[in-house]
Amino acid sequence: MSFLQLQGVEKRFGALRAIQGIDLAIEKGEFVVFVGPSGCGKSTLLRMIAGLTEIDGGSLQLDGRDITRLPSSKRDLAMVFQSYALYPHMSVFDNMSFALRLASVDKAIIREKVQRAAEILNLVPYLQRTPKELSGGQRQRVAIGRAIVRAPKVFLFDEPLSNLDAALRGQTRVEIAKLHRELGATTIYVTHDQVEAMTLADRVVVLRDGAIEQVGSPLELYDRPANQFVAQFIGTPQMNVVDTVDLPALRGMAGGAAAGDGFIGVRPEHVLVRPAGSGRMDGQVELIESLGADTLVHARVTQGARSVQLVARQNARTLLQPGDPVGLDVVPGAFHLFNREGRAVASASAR
Amino acid sequence: MKQLALLLRTVSAWVITLLVVFPLIWLVLTAFKTELQAIRVPPELFFTPTLESFREVNTRSDYLLHAKNSVLTSVLSTLVGLAIAAPAAYSMAFFRTRRTRDILMWMLSTKMMPAVGALVPVYVMAQTAGLLDSLTALTVVFTLSNLPIMVWMLYSGFKDIPPDILEAARMDGAGVWGEFVHVIRPLATGTLASTALLCLVLSWNEAFWSLNLSSAKAGTLATLIASYSSPEGLFWAKLSAASLLAIAPIVVVGWFSQKQLVQGLTFGAVK
Repeated sequence: MSFLQLQGVEKRFGALRAIQGIDLAIEKGEFVVFVGPSGCGKSTLLRMIAGLTEIDGGSLQLDGRDITRLPSSKRDLAMVFQSYALYPHMSVFDNMSFALRLASVDKAIIREKVQRAAEILNLVPYLQRTPKELSGGQRQRVAIGRAIVRAPKVFLFDEPLSNLDAALRGQTRVEIAKLHRELGATTIYVTHDQVEAMTLADRVVVLRDGAIEQVGSPLELYDRPANQFVAQFIGTPQMNVVDTVDLPALRGMAGGAAAGDGFIGVRPEHVLVRPAGSGRMDGQVELIESLGADTLVHARVTQGARSVQLVARQNARTLLQPGDPVGLDVVPGAFHLFNREGRAVASASAR
Repeated sequence: MKQLALLLRTVSAWVITLLVVFPLIWLVLTAFKTELQAIRVPPELFFTPTLESFREVNTRSDYLLHAKNSVLTSVLSTLVGLAIAAPAAYSMAFFRTRRTRDILMWMLSTKMMPAVGALVPVYVMAQTAGLLDSLTALTVVFTLSNLPIMVWMLYSGFKDIPPDILEAARMDGAGVWGEFVHVIRPLATGTLASTALLCLVLSWNEAFWSLNLSSAKAGTLATLIASYSSPEGLFWAKLSAASLLAIAPIVVVGWFSQKQLVQGLTFGAVK
């Protein structure tokens, strides 16, 4: 029995099965990220674990205890909300000590724990301020501090970085990663941002329409996606996925494994840009995106009546312009093969 | 041009205020006159004030008893009303369903019926229960007639509290009572105070049910005032004295809490 176990967990809204029989085992100390498109049920699932939304079917066990029907206040979990949900009428110190005060913990111990958490999060100078006197990033840290002080069994994060600007988001992401290394606490983190998923997670759970598409470490999901949805969800820019019918040349390159009907996927970094005429495919440049460290080449490959757009990524700058002819090639073996239903049949990764 | 507009506004504000306050001023003046001075036409504006009317009011009818009854019924109906309205408002504000708005509308609609429509059934029920001329009956009726307004006001106030904060309190270990004490009460203080004050004022001024359900023992100050309009005629001075004694306490309470009253009555319309 692992630390946090979900078995057949379900949520129904009338006739709609929003969450469909989820089975998941989370080990102690793991950082698990729930990721997926809007409406996939990741926040609902988190709230069901937290006890804020009722579980309609299945069971939830924490550290050997069945907590399926327990109210949130008794589950020994702490949540960091997307909107921070700080108590506006209390100071930072009171916000962070609220749970301990409710549990009638000794005042001296409360002061010590809050002080420690405030030091870790650089909040010591703000302890007497109220939330409206703090910036977004500071409020975010108070919300995290409020959770840390309780030393709960599991930390739950509900898209905590969505309300921050890009620079602060990157910074805070690093802080959260460091925090997890320091505290080693079991964490469930919900986000729609796959960069956060890739960088923070020990394991990623990809959700779609209330069901798990794949669970694995970030690189496992990247190198060996179980289906087309995961393949195209993880990785920026998106994996190039081509119907085998549309580009026979690609099928030829993929070799015997791709003989069947279905789709072939190639990651942009495995698409090689060559001078015109010297690649196994010929194409025309449609767009160049220069990101500084990377350059993205969008090219259109036409074979007969069909044409397909491929994106190539390289870290060298390019002199190509839209309209230029270009040759394209693929790193040997870097193909992901999917059947007509989207399931991976075989994927040969270059690594 | 702007000066003129400002002047006009100021003057009309003063005129309207004087018109509204005039009856009260007249009441105060008349209370300190003798009966003869009170009925004189043209009315006397300058006279030597006397406490004769007040003394008669106190000897003739028991002011203190009526005052005590007013205080008891107002305070009790406010407290009981809050105890019922707060959980109702909590449930409607934070656990909204498709029917919530309908229920609120229905509650408010009961206030649109003239009280006299419910007079006979309520009277019969009070009589059957042996509660005529008792504080219990009055308190119950006051509570029930103020409940719709209280629920509405509290609902509007509670609605403004972000539900996230309550969820955070829940995660932090607060039960429903804990949520109320630590989150809702501090954040909705204004609404709670103004709701309580409004109920207090409404109960204090409630005359219809007081007159119909009570006589000697449970009469409130409203009954006291009414008893001075007798078949012998209107004793203006005594009536004014009695009225002044009746409204004085609540005017004082209202004066000191006008800020909260206004805030509550505007339903927090401006955030």
